[in-house]
Amino acid sequence: MKPVFTYTNGMLPVSTHYCPGCTHGIAHRLIMEVLEENGKLGQAIGVAPIGCSVMAHQYMNVDMCEAAHGRAPAVATGIRRVHPDKVVFTYQGDGDLASIGMSEIIAAAARGERFSTFFINNGIYGMTGGQLAPTTLIGQRATTAVEGRTKAQFGMPIKMCELLAQLECAVYVERVALNSPANIRKAKKAVQRAFAVQEQGLGFSFVEFLSTCPTNWGMTPSDALKWVDEKMIPYYPLGCLRDPEKEASK
Amino acid sequence: MTEKVLMKGNEAFAEAAMRGGCRFYFGYPITPQSEIPEYMSRELPKRGGCFVQAESELGAINMTYGAGAAGGCVFISSSSPGIALMQEGLSFMASAEVPAVILNVSRCGPGIGGIQPGQADYFQATRGGGNGDYHIPVFAPYNMQEAVNLIYEAPSLAYKWRTPVIILADGMMGQMMEPVALPPEKPALEAKDIASQADWAITGYDDRGGPQNRRVVKSLRLQPEALEEHVEHLFARYAKAAPEFTRYEAIGLEDAEIVFVAYGTIARLTLEVMDMLAEQGIKAGLIRPISLWPFPEEAFDKIGPATKVVISAELSKGQLLDDVKRAVCGRFPVELIYRTGGIIPTSLEVTEKAKAILEGLQ
Repeated sequence: MKPVFTYTNGMLPVSTHYCPGCTHGIAHRLIMEVLEENGKLGQAIGVAPIGCSVMAHQYMNVDMCEAAHGRAPAVATGIRRVHPDKVVFTYQGDGDLASIGMSEIIAAAARGERFSTFFINNGIYGMTGGQLAPTTLIGQRATTAVEGRTKAQFGMPIKMCELLAQLECAVYVERVALNSPANIRKAKKAVQRAFAVQEQGLGFSFVEFLSTCPTNWGMTPSDALKWVDEKMIPYYPLGCLRDPEKEASK
Repeated sequence: MTEKVLMKGNEAFAEAAMRGGCRFYFGYPITPQSEIPEYMSRELPKRGGCFVQAESELGAINMTYGAGAAGGCVFISSSSPGIALMQEGLSFMASAEVPAVILNVSRCGPGIGGIQPGQADYFQATRGGGNGDYHIPVFAPYNMQEAVNLIYEAPSLAYKWRTPVIILADGMMGQMMEPVALPPEKPALEAKDIASQADWAITGYDDRGGPQNRRVVKSLRLQPEALEEHVEHLFARYAKAAPEFTRYEAIGLEDAEIVFVAYGTIARLTLEVMDMLAEQGIKAGLIRPISLWPFPEEAFDKIGPATKVVISAELSKGQLLDDVKRAVCGRFPVELIYRTGGIIPTSLEVTEKAKAILEGLQ
């Protein structure tokens, strides 16, 4: 019998610490699956963040480096300069990338660093227990905004893709979601494009994954998937904002 | 033969780092060391090296961590407030055992302070400004030649002992011009040789025969027992490395009435003070720590019975004094002569203060 679905060698055969219904596992799998399909697992160097995915290096079966909170793009810059021919990526959550690490991500994108950043946006601080993130939606409850986020108190959630897409050297920028099989298939295509752009040496590539956090959202996993459709996607529209192929054909 | 050239301190430091094998520099402008990133931006590419102007000192130290984790030979520089920003990365590097050479061309503080030379970063350098149980070896040259020699040697020490190494050279040394003998160019480690020569470096596991040899550079240890074991491992290595890092110069201790303890620019000035005191019939000696951590406590065992007082002479308000007191360990009275805020005293001022201390004891 021909197997139609198997483990990827890109993931170590261990259980993860992620909560039931969390989409980190899907994002991990997509990135590692693409690296395996490209035959690049052994030439890849990943940078893990601080946050729920702090232990990504225990699951992703590639050489990895842990970074301080928010600093993954700076760490990846250093790695990239030493190994110009390897595949380098960072994996970062929304507190890590869009709050404490805003300076590092903007600067790396502006320099057009030749690595790929995979950004998990679940609108909340997961590891520390549900505090307001820069991406928390208006009205969404958090442990530091128990009545829900208001514009008056916290301002508006940050749209990272739209922000980075303004930078000339951020050549590939796409937002995807991990809440349905169809969206996951599109997400995989975005991961493939991000690595392809990196390997072609075209510049910085960025994929934002709209993700779930049922635990800190206080929802069942299935409700959380619906919530992505109903609340997140209307504010964070899916789609490709920058792609060198599309821009070349304009 | 080594060539002797007249160079500005900062440029000589940068040249020494490259000759010592460093090929990666990540920097952010700050007075009084901005000639270093300027020099590196011009000279590193000529040697096949890489210069990145970072977005901040936080960016610079984390690029250093990444490049060091990847096996690159990294030299970076900054000055006091910039080094303060780097402490997060230094703590990570110390834990993850990532080598690099970090030069602090120090100015005065606290806060933004001023831009004149100072030594008030003694605690920052020797106690570690980052979190956790760790140390970083610190060298403190007293003139440009010694600075060049130490910067040249530091990359191989950092690599051998898998640790960041700090060179603490005050702004006076960075800004002055002096003739200096530049050491010969060491061969730099090429990217293709990193995997075989740097046994921690993340290079992609294909370089090491497959996923069974996968590497992770990290400091996270959530199990308390595992973290304690790691700290013990770090400190066992510090103890093993100590003989190689512990350095000092001891001058005329045997029958000295006064023993000065001084490093950096004020040590150089103290040599003049010793001559001035000798002219007045007072014999003075000097312990000049070259390593500030590990602190050369053994030098203090050489102080003879003729000594009436040990004086810490420093450009900070009694920071070196703490280590001097600890090393003297109650055997002699310990006094302090200092200026701070960016003021370097004259040799006459130090001489007069030393005489007053001596007279006060009698």
